[in-house]
Amino acid sequence: MHRDNQLGSLYSKNTETDTNPRQYSELRLFFQSEPLAVRRALESILSGLGHLDLNQDDCGTVELVLAEVMNNIVEHAYAGERSGVIELHISGTSRGLFCTVIDDGLPMPDGNPPMGKQHDLSCSREDLPEGGFGWMLIRELADELGYERDGDKNKLTFLLNVERTILTS
Amino acid sequence: MELQTETHGETLVITASGARIDAAGAIDFKDKMRKLTEFGPDKIELNLASVEFIDSSGLGAVVASMKQLPMGKTLCLLDLTPTVAKVFRLTRMDSVFEIRTSNATDGDTRVNAS
Repeated sequence: MHRDNQLGSLYSKNTETDTNPRQYSELRLFFQSEPLAVRRALESILSGLGHLDLNQDDCGTVELVLAEVMNNIVEHAYAGERSGVIELHISGTSRGLFCTVIDDGLPMPDGNPPMGKQHDLSCSREDLPEGGFGWMLIRELADELGYERDGDKNKLTFLLNVERTILTS
Repeated sequence: MELQTETHGETLVITASGARIDAAGAIDFKDKMRKLTEFGPDKIELNLASVEFIDSSGLGAVVASMKQLPMGKTLCLLDLTPTVAKVFRLTRMDSVFEIRTSNATDGDTRVNAS
């Protein structure tokens, strides 16, 4: 479809090796930093990972962490009038899904991804927080979070520890 | 995201029929909830059985839906799916909302009618 071409491209491949033909798989996407493009990218990713037969809990984790990472790029790295491209790589390894997300937006504040603290929820209804949950969820669900500013690019890496037996079987 | 409403006695039941409440749909969801809850019964139930995915923006919209209720109204969440329940648990929002499973016998009065 024409619209798909505008929003990004996707390929999925299994790298065949003699010893363990199903151990590695790779997914790569490029798409615009817009909320609807993020939604569509998540659909593509989950369908692209379909051959891994992830369980429901792992699928939820993958979709949630990637959604939070990409929403942050849309809202903060490409804040305001800025717009740009988000590049996402996912490699299936024996340790889980290794993810790299690259954008050309503003750097992380203070040069590091936010810590993402738990909110104090013992407040009155009108004072309940409506945001600020994203980094807490990412840090809770992803491992080995790494960030690097490379020229004009942000590069975020992390590991999603999905059931490894599936990836190595 | 379509939201359907039914009134059961003193309770307004709002049923979400879409599969996700995410950053792309959060504002629309919050606006629709405000229109549906502005008037009518004080007791409001939001059935999320069809919602398979929620992100932190969607969670924020559900929180906003409660905060924007007129004084004296309450919001209860029904039938969270596993991924949605996980987001409420990790953010501890499950301690703020009343969360229940809907009563399977609701509307099933024919069983005893014979």
